[in-house]
Amino acid sequence: MEAFGLLLHGFAVLLTWKTLALMMVGLVLGIFVGVLPGLGGPNGVAILLPLTFTMDPTSAIVMLSCIYWGALFGGAITSILFNIPGEAWSVATTFDGYPMAQQGRAAEALTAAFTSSFIGSLVAVLLITFLAPMISSFALKFGPPEFFAVYLLTFCSFVGLGREAKHKTVISMSLGLLLAGIGMDTVSGNLRMTFGSSELLRGINFLVAVIGLFGISEILLTMEERLALRGHAASISLRVVLSVWKDLPKYWVTLLRSSFIGCWLGITPGGAIAASFMGYNLAKRFSKDPESFGKGRIEGVFAPETAAHASGTAALLPMLALGIPGSGTAAILLGGLMVWGLNPGPLLFVEHKDFVWGLIASMYLGNVVGLVLVLTTVPIFASILRVPFAAVAPMIVVSCAIGAYAIQNAMFDIWLMLGFGVVGYVFKKIGIPLAPFTLALVLGNRAEDAFRLSMIGAGGDLKVFWSNGLVGSITTLAIVLLFWPVIDGLLARVGLTRTPRPRRSN
Amino acid sequence: MKAVGVAAVLSLSAPALAGWEPTKPVEIVVAAGAGGASDQMARMMQAAIQKNNLMKQPIVVSLKGGASGAEALMYMKSSEGDPNKVLIAYSLIYMLPLSAKIPFNWRELTPVSVIALDQFVLWDNSAGPKTVKEFVAAAKAASAPFKMGGTGSKREDHVLTVFLEQKTGAKFSYLPYKSGGEAATQLVGNHTESNVNNPSENLEVWRAGQVRPLCVFDKERISYTSKVTETQSWADIPTCKEEGVDVQYLMLRAMFLPGKVTAEQQAFYVELFHKVTQTAEYKDYMEKQALKPIFLTGKDMVQFLEEDDAVNKALMTEAGFVAK
Repeated sequence: MEAFGLLLHGFAVLLTWKTLALMMVGLVLGIFVGVLPGLGGPNGVAILLPLTFTMDPTSAIVMLSCIYWGALFGGAITSILFNIPGEAWSVATTFDGYPMAQQGRAAEALTAAFTSSFIGSLVAVLLITFLAPMISSFALKFGPPEFFAVYLLTFCSFVGLGREAKHKTVISMSLGLLLAGIGMDTVSGNLRMTFGSSELLRGINFLVAVIGLFGISEILLTMEERLALRGHAASISLRVVLSVWKDLPKYWVTLLRSSFIGCWLGITPGGAIAASFMGYNLAKRFSKDPESFGKGRIEGVFAPETAAHASGTAALLPMLALGIPGSGTAAILLGGLMVWGLNPGPLLFVEHKDFVWGLIASMYLGNVVGLVLVLTTVPIFASILRVPFAAVAPMIVVSCAIGAYAIQNAMFDIWLMLGFGVVGYVFKKIGIPLAPFTLALVLGNRAEDAFRLSMIGAGGDLKVFWSNGLVGSITTLAIVLLFWPVIDGLLARVGLTRTPRPRRSN
Repeated sequence: MKAVGVAAVLSLSAPALAGWEPTKPVEIVVAAGAGGASDQMARMMQAAIQKNNLMKQPIVVSLKGGASGAEALMYMKSSEGDPNKVLIAYSLIYMLPLSAKIPFNWRELTPVSVIALDQFVLWDNSAGPKTVKEFVAAAKAASAPFKMGGTGSKREDHVLTVFLEQKTGAKFSYLPYKSGGEAATQLVGNHTESNVNNPSENLEVWRAGQVRPLCVFDKERISYTSKVTETQSWADIPTCKEEGVDVQYLMLRAMFLPGKVTAEQQAFYVELFHKVTQTAEYKDYMEKQALKPIFLTGKDMVQFLEEDDAVNKALMTEAGFVAK
């Protein structure tokens, strides 16, 4: 109950006209940066950070975190309308969101995305409010073997639960792992696969690859098919919002499951990206009709968005309590905190109560205000699809190029993006799924480092992955998921599951 | 001696100031990830410059920590003649070209000033051994690998670990993490037995009583005597030499411009960073993070760099980290 009192105090700190105005400004700015692919949360916050130097810490962090919320909401817009994920964790949102937009259900998909973002963050904020001290000690339990087990779980759930043919998933994942190896190897301190090029030193940036693989390749496909963006019939009215909300209770299991996964992986530093994929895969696994996923099912938007935002929000907890940023944006916020003389760490919650609870209260307010703001503008965003393809396509390509360039201010990245566009096009043509590729690209390095650190620490003994209850159960779960189709088949044969699934030929 | 050098440069630079100042936003290039010691320092300088109006143009921090910081070095190298980029450098300017054969030489950049020296401290978990002697004994007696966490491979933390092994005869398994912050939390979570973090990287977990400083790798104790934890100040940490382990290492924090900038441009930044070292923000930061304040520029700086380069090269060679 102490937490509740402190939270009320936090609201009291916030409820001034000045702070509320800053909040609105932050949200609007955030939505704008979020809509530009690649610019996204981290860059938006970084660019606007110096603006806040003259403010007091609480106002400053409120404004910055509202930019962050705005960017998160904005990122969903491009994922759904143009198949271009703005942030790593929006990738899974495109799987069903984009098909929905193509079927003229853009407004419905957007409403679903915004609503589930709101629910996910809300659950995570509640968690932060009441369980902060307990959770930060849980995060400390994660050493290299535990981290590796989590990454393994993500990879395995992809292979075991994926809709695509297993061998194609593995091919795609292996290619991603290969590309993730480019650049400096932290463990040995040597360069790998850079072939003397200084452009390749920093490795392949994940966002550059994603913008090319999803955005550019989609433009290529659409051009080939001579189709306009199929959004003409989009019915756009606020009634859509209400009808989506009316159906919301039907999906409570999915929402709850995704929130849980999101919170769990979010407080594991670096787990936020894995969450959206896992949320999506599990929703599909437990669905009565898994075949309809990927073809424009609204549940396929609810699941990853809820998980992504729960984890994005929960990621702020390790940042505040331990000083480890769980995401790129959290890292920039961390830099901001230090400028104001606030050192994130175990004592922040004790020594700077006003600030911490002001921030937590701003998560509640920012979320509510943000939801209202984006929902009222859904019709405007959805109507972008009415613009002829010939006019929109060049704008998308330009904004992709700006986004790719802005990440590291490198011209080379624009060529890389175009290259990945072609790769994405070819992959789509020959039916190799893109998601495992991007997942491997973003988690490959971390998984490798975690594995090698575990091996150094254990003297090369693989038993370390079963050395305690936590790591043991995650590793075992990973292996079960990897062989799930086989296990599922065996269970069906001995009559343990009620409805034996027909084997899919693919 | 040093003070005279500074004064001389300042008097020379004063008339030149009227000649040049930045016309575009200035970028502080950080060769490390977000939240690390270099980033914190860059943000401190950004705030000091903006709050005290030391420059008309805005200043931005740009993180180029890719490839263990090599990205920043190559970026500076390729920005020849651009006076709107300043690198905040540390020992990687000597070590990275040796260990990873990066085609980079700090002599191709324009030195501006050395602004601080950073300490290294041997830390263990607060539940671990209480003195260096007990610590070494525990490391020698351990049957499983005795784990030392640090930032990156074949860099300052790794070098210190190798020398610690040489002087004590104990054996460590060195775990290279991506940042000092990660090394700190891994020590708190008992996933490693020790680390050799900079004071700033372990400060918060020390204040929370989760880690214990065993000794500082310098020839004298840290000078700051105000209490950091309830009972201890930085000055209370013994030197490793006092504890019978004679290993010393200090790391520079220095500012560089790209190559081929004009003397007026160089002079502007010498003056700018000299002013920064006079601000309350800088002084406060030095004390809080237990850094040694220093200001070297001109000939003094180059001489310092040459000597420091030789020391680092010798250490790297002895540790066997120089790529063939």
